[in-house]
Amino acid sequence: MPEYQIVVCGSVVPDPLQTLEPVSGPTGPALKNEMMLPAWLDPWAGHALYEAANLAAKNPGSKVWLVALGPKAKLQQAMMTLAQKVPFELVALDGSSSGFTDAAETAAALAEAIQAIPGIDRSRLLVFGGWESASRGAGATMQIVGEILGITDQFQGVDGIEADGSLKILERIEGGRHQVSVCEAPPALLGWATGNLPEPRNNPQVGMANMRTIMPALQKAKPAKVAAEGVNFLSVSLPKQARDTKIVKDLSPDQIATEIADWITNK
Amino acid sequence: MDADIVCVGFGPASGGFLTTLSRGILNPDGSPAIESPTAPGLPLQVLCYERADDLGFGVSGVVTRARGLRESFPDLDSEQIPMAAAVKDEKILYLLDPVGASRRPALMKAADVAIRALGGLLGVKDDAMELPWTPDFLEKHGGLVLSMGQFNQWVSQQVMGSGAAQIWPGSPVGEAIVEDGGVAGVRLVDQGVTKDGKPADGFMPGMEVRAALTVVADGPVGPIGQQLDKAFGMPDGHHTHDWALGMKFVVDLPETCDLEPGTVLHTLGYPEPEIFGFFYVHPNRVASMGIFVPSWFDNPARTAYRYLQHWMLHPAIWRHIKGGRLRSWGAKTLQESGRRGEPRLSGKGFARIGEGSGSTNVLTNSGVDEAWTTGVLLAEGVLELLKNKQPFTAENLDAAYVRRRRESWVDKEGIIAERARDGFQRGIIPGMIGMMAAGLTKGLVAMPGKPMPPHRRVPSLEEYYRGRIPAAEIQSIVKESNAKGISASAALMERAGWPAIPFDGEILVSHQDALLIGGKVQAPAGYSDHVEFLYPSDCESCGSKICIEMCSGQAIYPGERGRPAFDREKCIHCGACLWNCAKASPADYERGLIEFHAGAGGLHSAEN
Repeated sequence: MPEYQIVVCGSVVPDPLQTLEPVSGPTGPALKNEMMLPAWLDPWAGHALYEAANLAAKNPGSKVWLVALGPKAKLQQAMMTLAQKVPFELVALDGSSSGFTDAAETAAALAEAIQAIPGIDRSRLLVFGGWESASRGAGATMQIVGEILGITDQFQGVDGIEADGSLKILERIEGGRHQVSVCEAPPALLGWATGNLPEPRNNPQVGMANMRTIMPALQKAKPAKVAAEGVNFLSVSLPKQARDTKIVKDLSPDQIATEIADWITNK
Repeated sequence: MDADIVCVGFGPASGGFLTTLSRGILNPDGSPAIESPTAPGLPLQVLCYERADDLGFGVSGVVTRARGLRESFPDLDSEQIPMAAAVKDEKILYLLDPVGASRRPALMKAADVAIRALGGLLGVKDDAMELPWTPDFLEKHGGLVLSMGQFNQWVSQQVMGSGAAQIWPGSPVGEAIVEDGGVAGVRLVDQGVTKDGKPADGFMPGMEVRAALTVVADGPVGPIGQQLDKAFGMPDGHHTHDWALGMKFVVDLPETCDLEPGTVLHTLGYPEPEIFGFFYVHPNRVASMGIFVPSWFDNPARTAYRYLQHWMLHPAIWRHIKGGRLRSWGAKTLQESGRRGEPRLSGKGFARIGEGSGSTNVLTNSGVDEAWTTGVLLAEGVLELLKNKQPFTAENLDAAYVRRRRESWVDKEGIIAERARDGFQRGIIPGMIGMMAAGLTKGLVAMPGKPMPPHRRVPSLEEYYRGRIPAAEIQSIVKESNAKGISASAALMERAGWPAIPFDGEILVSHQDALLIGGKVQAPAGYSDHVEFLYPSDCESCGSKICIEMCSGQAIYPGERGRPAFDREKCIHCGACLWNCAKASPADYERGLIEFHAGAGGLHSAEN
């Protein structure tokens, strides 16, 4: 049975339920009160992490690392929720996780951290991440990570993986369909879409075990320079949104669809 | 799973406990000063389980003298803590009734007439009169205005950064393991269950976490505190008959507002004489504001949200917030029996700290500093026992913790406050007189009054609205509301003369929008309902259904045959339903018909 080394790249984003408001700060655009906003693991990266843990559990001897670049205080906060979900070892990088960083700089910092993991073996290496991000939506970061690491087998929009030495990968393509690819062996890079796994339950024992590496990793987190120096943001704005609230629990799917269609038409 | 110390709930009390403990169990170089008995060679294994989905969710903004906090952090700089400001200016405003719907006693009405007549002389402005002085016992000068959410996050970062304790959010504790006359740890709630608790997809039974010491800090309505009250009983003469619901908005103040950070306004008199208001200004043009609705406000349709909106619209408040915007919203129960609500503070393998341990001072209106200090006192006692290698027996905890508590300022000031609010049982004016008397005489003189459980006080709707709304019309309004599946309070209030709320979508928003925009309320899947109606047929025959009217999130609503039903997705875990019941339980006269269990989810705002 193959023993994979699965490195998941994932950082924190503000809880999407919060009110996000772009402001201009001394170092460029920022979110108003960003350090006060609750932080969560980026949902795309979350899917990647849960899929990684699932794959590792099916292949004994495999191991999962989470390489996370974000403000140390926010990483620590998010880890207390995340650490209870699945087993992993944290590699922490202290830097901005806002949407106003540069994808290439972020990718370079992540790739450097992956290369520095003791005992990493390219012949067993799978690099996971989100194909998108709730804050860094460039859609390019994972591809650049793979390029820096020299991983040419890259898959984006992944919804499933079967691994028995070779890798059978389900990748989203146009038209709402999937393409099945077979990759002979690691190394490979997978940018995950949603996958197929539910969010794992909170498991206190998993949390206790993870915490043995999380706090030391946070204490020795290296600063990562991802400030997008030289990049000039001409303007920053939130997507326009229209919001009507209606809480109804007894409508049929057809009725809901009709109402939504009417709402869109009238807007 | 085994640990050395397990803590239930993360609020200011656990913050004080874990801050003090963490400094004592590690050496300055990070090596263990006290070795773990359960994991030899490792530091003491200290775990804290918090119900809410993240640390700092669901607690409230405060003004505090911060004596205990400053003892723990002598170099405390308020700028280190987001939304914190040193108290700069403190005022008490008496609010007149600008709409004529407030139900004021005759004496108060007469006083209002006199105040209006002498308006110029008394400095009446915007239908409000500033009291000439703030009594010493209420003053918070030298203290801090805080967002408890932000403060708790700040404390948790210090504690977890030390590596001495782990604080786990999203982990409701279902029950204490009560055995051999003591507590042997806790059991977390089951996950992967249906709303009635039956195993479903991904079922994971709640894990047992056994520990030599269980620290119960789950607040005034916490299920573990409730369980221990039932298991071990309250001390003679003690009770938890007095409660209040605090509901608040956090708002971005408009550019036109000139209130400086650290400004503190207390209000009384409006929207009803029994409802008190608060307004605390944080840095960066942000304010926390809200009202307290006490259990002795005998209105069976006492919806805090609607009253809060009328309070915000009072000219003396509205002039500061008009043009502002809602940032956050929330509500919580306050245990207002103070030291008389003190349960058994310790026993074999357990100790209780914080608001649920009766630490709130009901005279000075202060709870956070006291809660924090009880945690500090317990930690000092625990460190003493650990260093002396003494077990956590009832006797040892009594000597190490309860003795410290009895010698503390928390206890001494709590004794002064014990009778301060008794007068409110007889009405607002005797209550105010009694409180002043108790404050000015250090507790020697107070207005007498016998605190009663809420279910013995709550009148029927017909009694409350007698002379204002005919009984037949009340029944018609209630019937119509039941048919719509909503509470009747808004319709009743408007019929009684309260004007409609002019929603603006920014700061005056519907109750449901406050949940969504302000509270960002969530309920993760896979947990059972935490509100249980123990005797549904009794609920069906209940005339007032105050649980529906006062539910902070409209999570309790009229269901089949008018029985109250529960929607977990709207619950903010304020716990008002636990005490806010119009009927006594057939099994326990001190309690109502609703059980409030441990549950996940609720508010998702760290700014409250």
